[in-house]
Amino acid sequence: MEQQSHITLPKGSIEKTTTTLNIGPTHPATHGVFQNIMEVDGERVVSTEQTVGYIHRAFEKLAERRPLYQITPITDRLNYCSSPINNMGWHITCERFLKLELPKRVDYLRVIIMELSRISDHLICNSIVGVDTGAYTGFLYVMQYRELIYEIYEEVCGSRLTTNIGRIGGFERNFTNTAFTKLEKFLNEYPKVLKEFENLFARNRIFMDRTQGTGGISAERALNYGFTGPNLRAAGVDYDVRVQQPYSSYQDFDFKVPVGTTGDNYDRFLVRNAEMYESISIIKQAYQKIQNFKGAEAEVYHADVPEYYLPKKEDVYTKMEALIWHFKIIMGEIELPKGQIYSAVEGGNGELGFYLISDGGRTPFRLHFRRPCFIYYQAFEELIKGGMLSDAVVTMSSLNLIAGELDA
Amino acid sequence: MALSNDTIQNKLEEKFGDQVLNFSTASGILSFESPKELNLKVLQYLYEEPSLGFTFLTDLCGVNYPDNTGAELVVVYHLHNFSENIRLRYSVSTSIDETAVFTASKLFESANWMERETYDFFGVNFIGHPNLKRILNVDEMDYFPLRKQYPLEDQTRIDKDDEMFGRG
Repeated sequence: MEQQSHITLPKGSIEKTTTTLNIGPTHPATHGVFQNIMEVDGERVVSTEQTVGYIHRAFEKLAERRPLYQITPITDRLNYCSSPINNMGWHITCERFLKLELPKRVDYLRVIIMELSRISDHLICNSIVGVDTGAYTGFLYVMQYRELIYEIYEEVCGSRLTTNIGRIGGFERNFTNTAFTKLEKFLNEYPKVLKEFENLFARNRIFMDRTQGTGGISAERALNYGFTGPNLRAAGVDYDVRVQQPYSSYQDFDFKVPVGTTGDNYDRFLVRNAEMYESISIIKQAYQKIQNFKGAEAEVYHADVPEYYLPKKEDVYTKMEALIWHFKIIMGEIELPKGQIYSAVEGGNGELGFYLISDGGRTPFRLHFRRPCFIYYQAFEELIKGGMLSDAVVTMSSLNLIAGELDA
Repeated sequence: MALSNDTIQNKLEEKFGDQVLNFSTASGILSFESPKELNLKVLQYLYEEPSLGFTFLTDLCGVNYPDNTGAELVVVYHLHNFSENIRLRYSVSTSIDETAVFTASKLFESANWMERETYDFFGVNFIGHPNLKRILNVDEMDYFPLRKQYPLEDQTRIDKDDEMFGRG
């Protein structure tokens, strides 16, 4: 006898037992333009397919038409939560490629900027994990300090989010006293706030229950999936580009590389949190080193590379040679040497690599960005399979996915 | 014993003879090439040979050299050995008419999307890929935009009527 049912399906229709659920492209829970086509059984995730590319802007193609200094604003728009790291990463790639030597003071100033932006990146990511588990307070509270970081950027380069900070060979101008005053204020006040932020979450029963054991991955799988950055370290692999291949004089600093064990959302949170303390310590060391410079050395903010570093405006108006360099740089008439280079920095969410091929022209022949979150977002399905839908939301935010970087 | 570029080169030449070629070192990274049919064998040897241990695929991307007839498209693999902290660059080239290259996604999960990206922009057909379709561009696109035959618009052209956009 046929089973009694309230709903009569048309004859021959497939009796599907799961529900297809579209999350995104824009959804309050995704913090960016992400789409996931999920198959859910009740509240359990059976499978998911990530769709990416909604804000693809063809940066790699654009870069093939631009002289080196015009590519810096493109890198701003990759991981826009920590654009100074991207800018510096690009400058460092160019400097390595052109074999330029930089003064130590420039390196230390760069370290300050990069670590500030690492803090602002981790701050966003960790507080968003809080928002997704139902704790809005932390997010609003730490915004004050992100604002202070942005004010320091503003003091150094004039802009806040898409910074275009620094130039090939150094900085566009010296740090002002206001910048250093704001930095001191930050160093004095922020550690206490971070401690309070940590107290809100780290031993909070609700937060622990929501994040422990969800979205976990083993070290082997994480490596196979190409994880880098805090997400890899949370799985227990102590790989950090700053240590393995130091750039910008990171070898002069004393810091720890925090690692987790299970690679789950909770460990990712803790690793990022611990990294912020390390960043504060690095900034303090760098600031100390900068104060130790005396005399003319204490005013150096760029290397002497007339081919790539714009001359002073006064000189452009009064000196022939400066005027010529100004024109050659602005019009992009500097020929690059032939060759190729892969250079990486530790970005906010992993190893940010630049693969530059030059055929001797004025623009790169090919430029490829190794975007960490594009590579590790592949693992998302494996991370959330079999878990609750609400845990998938937390996993997504704790991976620190940035749509701008994902889609390039 | 610390792994050096010379050791890697010797090991590879010992195993593959003259099939691995064009060794060079640029900015400290050893680069070499091989015929595209060998790419999986080379990658697997680099992965599984305990003294080499290149188990991390940092990056995979395509490059288009329109003037190299018969080898217009190049697939570049950047590998990393974490414990020895050494990087390696390996590339295979293929003609633009017959773009089949074996997929590395069975060896590295991370290769999956990077190969899709390379397919999307260069049209490299990765044989054996589980889901080879466009990833960043729209599915309906009928060309491979990063190939050099599609130049960017000339920035100095004056035949455009921009009045509609307030730039006339």
